[in-house]
Amino acid sequence: MLEAIRQALFEEMERDPAVVLLGEDVGVYGGAFKVTAGLLERFGWERVIDTPISETAIVGAAVGMSYLGLRPVAEMQFIDFIACCFNQLTNFAAKSHYRWGAPVPMVVRGPSGGGVHGGPFHSANPEMYFVHTPGLKVVYPSTAYDAKGLLKSAIRDNNPVLFFEHKFLYRRVKEELPSGDYTVPLGKAVVRREGRDLTMVSYAAMMHTSMEAAEVLAKEGIEAEVIDLRTLLPLDRETLLASVKKTNKILVVHEDTRTGGIAGEIAALVCEGAFEDLDGPVLRVTSLDTPVPYSPPLEERFLPDVQRVAAAARDLARY
Amino acid sequence: MKISLRREQHLELYYYMKLNRALEEQMVRLFRQNKIVGGLYSSLGQEAISVGTAYALEPRDWLAPMIRNIGALLVKGFKPRDILTQHMAKYTSPTLGKDGTSHFGDLKVRHVVSPISMLGDLIPVMTGIAMAGSYLGQKIVAMTWIGDGGTSTGAFHEGINLAAVQKAALVCIIENNQWAYSTPVRRQVPTQDLADRAKAYGIPSYVVDGNDVVSVYQVSKEAVERCRSGQGPILIEAKTMRMKGHAQHDAAEYVPKAMFEYWKARDPLDRYEKHLTASKLWDAQTKAEIDARIERELQEDLEFAESSPLPPPELVEQGVYCEGCHTIEPDWQRPKEELVPPKSRVAAVWEVEGFGAFEKREEPAAAAKHSTVLASGDGRRHPAQPSARKGKAAKTPARNKVRR
Repeated sequence: MLEAIRQALFEEMERDPAVVLLGEDVGVYGGAFKVTAGLLERFGWERVIDTPISETAIVGAAVGMSYLGLRPVAEMQFIDFIACCFNQLTNFAAKSHYRWGAPVPMVVRGPSGGGVHGGPFHSANPEMYFVHTPGLKVVYPSTAYDAKGLLKSAIRDNNPVLFFEHKFLYRRVKEELPSGDYTVPLGKAVVRREGRDLTMVSYAAMMHTSMEAAEVLAKEGIEAEVIDLRTLLPLDRETLLASVKKTNKILVVHEDTRTGGIAGEIAALVCEGAFEDLDGPVLRVTSLDTPVPYSPPLEERFLPDVQRVAAAARDLARY
Repeated sequence: MKISLRREQHLELYYYMKLNRALEEQMVRLFRQNKIVGGLYSSLGQEAISVGTAYALEPRDWLAPMIRNIGALLVKGFKPRDILTQHMAKYTSPTLGKDGTSHFGDLKVRHVVSPISMLGDLIPVMTGIAMAGSYLGQKIVAMTWIGDGGTSTGAFHEGINLAAVQKAALVCIIENNQWAYSTPVRRQVPTQDLADRAKAYGIPSYVVDGNDVVSVYQVSKEAVERCRSGQGPILIEAKTMRMKGHAQHDAAEYVPKAMFEYWKARDPLDRYEKHLTASKLWDAQTKAEIDARIERELQEDLEFAESSPLPPPELVEQGVYCEGCHTIEPDWQRPKEELVPPKSRVAAVWEVEGFGAFEKREEPAAAAKHSTVLASGDGRRHPAQPSARKGKAAKTPARNKVRR
């Protein structure tokens, strides 16, 4: 997946000189995870900019660049640090087009998520702060193919897009990618696995956990339909409702913490749009309402796993 | 650098300052009639700064105003009606009623970025504009303002520091009006001159009498042209006084009365009128003609604003996202070929001259010291920190120059 993201950046920079990168250690070092390795050599100092440790200035400068028609891609070294530029994102970038008609074609991307024992400040899933912010788009892919295609769409989009890259998947998810240019549209979920008994909705690393759980359930005769959201804002309401109307049950699985996670939003929209079709409660499997802990046994307890997802699905299937 | 003004430029400065003041007086009347929807902020006594700084810009240059920079918006080509309709939340306002006050801009023609209410955040944004301008070969300068209070924000520091390392063409004016809402400047910043903050960024700075429009203009013009020539960002501190409360609701009883009196005697518009008379740059008839023009224009725009409708409620849901309503194409003023392979290829290695070793260097020259209140006249220029440095290590490594 990491290589897919690098390819997307490479190809977009090749295609359009308005695309520039900026962030901490993205140039000579090639980024903390080497996502931008080799890009400075190829595209030069003006297009791959090593910045001071200043997330507000990084995002602010990207907003300014976008006003002159550039398409900056700003890196957060770890997505946890996006908290440092919350104001630039939520008040400057997100409101710009609405308030005064100034589009902000900008991407802020970075490694997110837990499962790698990064502790409270290198494991976060801060997507919901931004899903609650009209004017932003929030993307969180689970496959290499999607990561490349969605990042290209994000760069070509005329709005500020936050692009979350689950670092657990960086080197674990591998697939052959088609040669040549392709994009994956923002705002469209995808059905990863067809099933008739219940719908499991997830994204990013938990999509893989959900798929594994679905395999376990299949052996027990429960056929789960698995939906990968891919984009959290705007949310693909249609795909969700169509699936619920088919299976009549829905389980949401996310690595984000429980309270205020996207499961709550999905529960509401299912109640609004498909209440009559429901044969059971909307259930969720999520991380615990705590900071992400450091020590392995703590983090393992914190994160959802295949067993917990399968158990919740069995409970739901019994309705 | 000797910067002089022609007679018509002198008169234009007067026109904008007077228009700035008359427009705000008009808005105070509207506020009292309950026709201003939200708060109303005054730049009374600070007009010389907004007008004198923005007047140093060219049409291709960019600015981003703060709440007390209506004068800068007028200089950049916005009309009183834009400001009136904004404050009255009318559908005919530049934001169609979606935002108020000076929170509007224009990417295409006037090159103005809309501020947000959070202080300091414009500085990194305008740094990005300057960086992009340089990248596109446009030779533009970006200008923005910050209050004495706003210099304490992290965004101010991050923005100026990034501009400094990137040598971005940013002119940042610290409008020191002595008060951050109710807190005096000494309780916010322990340095005598806020311009001293420039030393921490290794950039040049000026301190200027902010109530003398000609000095403000001259200092700004010099700063703008230095910036345009690629010397990096410049900080200008303009000393002035906020002659009203933070906004209309605030009677500013915390300000010592004698302080108001001191500054009232140094009102920038009165001073400039006397200067124009003493320098024989105008006569009573010229003044009367300009004043009549301002009154006429304000009256027309007031009628326009008052008769304008409020926005239709259904507008609320429109425009959160750009869904193809804008075509985004940068204005390239240099060959794109320089920015794509093979021309863009570089060796990705740092050069560290001197290896950062300890090196004795002389203290900055005594010229850096200056009195708090400068007399009217040219602004005092602070020496840039790097120029005080001796020896080879002060030179910019050749490889880093490529980044400009």
